[in-house]
Amino acid sequence: MKHLIDIKDLTVEEIDELIKVAKDIMQFPDKYSEKCKHKKLATLFFEPSTRTRLSFESAMMELGGNVIGFSEASSSSTAKGESVSDTIRVVGGYADIIAMRHPKEGAPLVASIKSTIPIINAGDGGHNHPTQTLTDLLTIACEKNRLDNLTIGLCGDLKFGRTVHSLITAMVRYKNIKFVLISPEELKIPDYIKEEVLDKNRIEYIETNDIEEHMEKLDILYMTRVQKERFFNEEDYVRLKDYYILNKSKLEKAKADLAILHPLPRVNEISTEVDDDPRACYFKQARYGKYIRMALILKLLEIK
Amino acid sequence: MNIDSIKNGIVIDHIKAKKGMEIYKALNLGELDCSVAIITNAKSKKMGRKDIIKIDKNIDLDLDILGYLDSNITINIIENNERKEKYHVELPKEIVNIAKCKNPRCITSSENELQQIFILTDKDKKTYRCKYCETLKEE
Repeated sequence: MKHLIDIKDLTVEEIDELIKVAKDIMQFPDKYSEKCKHKKLATLFFEPSTRTRLSFESAMMELGGNVIGFSEASSSSTAKGESVSDTIRVVGGYADIIAMRHPKEGAPLVASIKSTIPIINAGDGGHNHPTQTLTDLLTIACEKNRLDNLTIGLCGDLKFGRTVHSLITAMVRYKNIKFVLISPEELKIPDYIKEEVLDKNRIEYIETNDIEEHMEKLDILYMTRVQKERFFNEEDYVRLKDYYILNKSKLEKAKADLAILHPLPRVNEISTEVDDDPRACYFKQARYGKYIRMALILKLLEIK
Repeated sequence: MNIDSIKNGIVIDHIKAKKGMEIYKALNLGELDCSVAIITNAKSKKMGRKDIIKIDKNIDLDLDILGYLDSNITINIIENNERKEKYHVELPKEIVNIAKCKNPRCITSSENELQQIFILTDKDKKTYRCKYCETLKEE
């Protein structure tokens, strides 16, 4: 039995296979519409995340399966003081697979140790969110037709942004990947990502605080939101939240086939005037998220 | 200064000077029913000054704690007045319930029955990260 707790739990070959299956699902949805008949997905959301939960639930429904679960801790037995391990062991008797979001970092790993059914980490605090990374990878694979030979600009909160850290960790395994790391001084990528991921894999990268400086080199521009909940000081948040606003004029020098990604939700960091630009892929990206989750559910349930 | 040699027991040598007491406490040597000597600030050709602990009994040592506290330590096993074995301790790959994760968002902060586990992620820099949240272990 396999779980997905961290994107590193999957080999490059397994990711390639998931992408292949997701593409097949997109092309031939009917073929998959009953693959999970009589199977149940439990969405255990100890903190609310409507978007991710709906993506998982619709993924399971499109596979012909059923969904049970809760959308916040107050409506679960956690409110009565039950431990994660106990909740998981109980739910293991009701469902076939679990997608779990938890505010505490490492909670899905704890769950996987005691679980009798596969666990998917649907986000644990500021730590991991592997299905977002899979979504990003499928988006890149579909929009660029490759996962190697890419220059990827990552812009915004590179310090607390877990999606950015996971995406870097996933992409360094492919050939000829370069990064342009665009952030204000206060939100620069942490040293441990530079040392333990980028330097260790001899990846070329540039750090800058100017979004336009290297725009013409980029194949992917991954925008992120400055997240209020990561700041202890409101003043810092207010100062930094609108540091980057991507608009048409900033894209003037960009390649014609640039793909603009964003894990969403967006606040101000991408002007709505960009939405109609053919290079804006962020709403498509959300759709890709459902397909890659379908592929993942099939893989973890070992359904061919 | 002379300390009687031991017939059967363990000599923990090459302890960083003034660290002997910390090792004594970490290994709970005070609870043994045999003689234990701590020699501090002994002259050392290799280290200048060092601490040594002599235990007058062969006991099971927690090598993970020793390796974690001071990976330069040497262990000598003495049997019938002779050194039967000598080896170096290594940085343990995993340390369990020795340090506590300081990340308030870590699952170990709210589920107290969980073991506190840190994994060695960089041998050269002696970097340990929490198994659950990957936060760097504080010194």
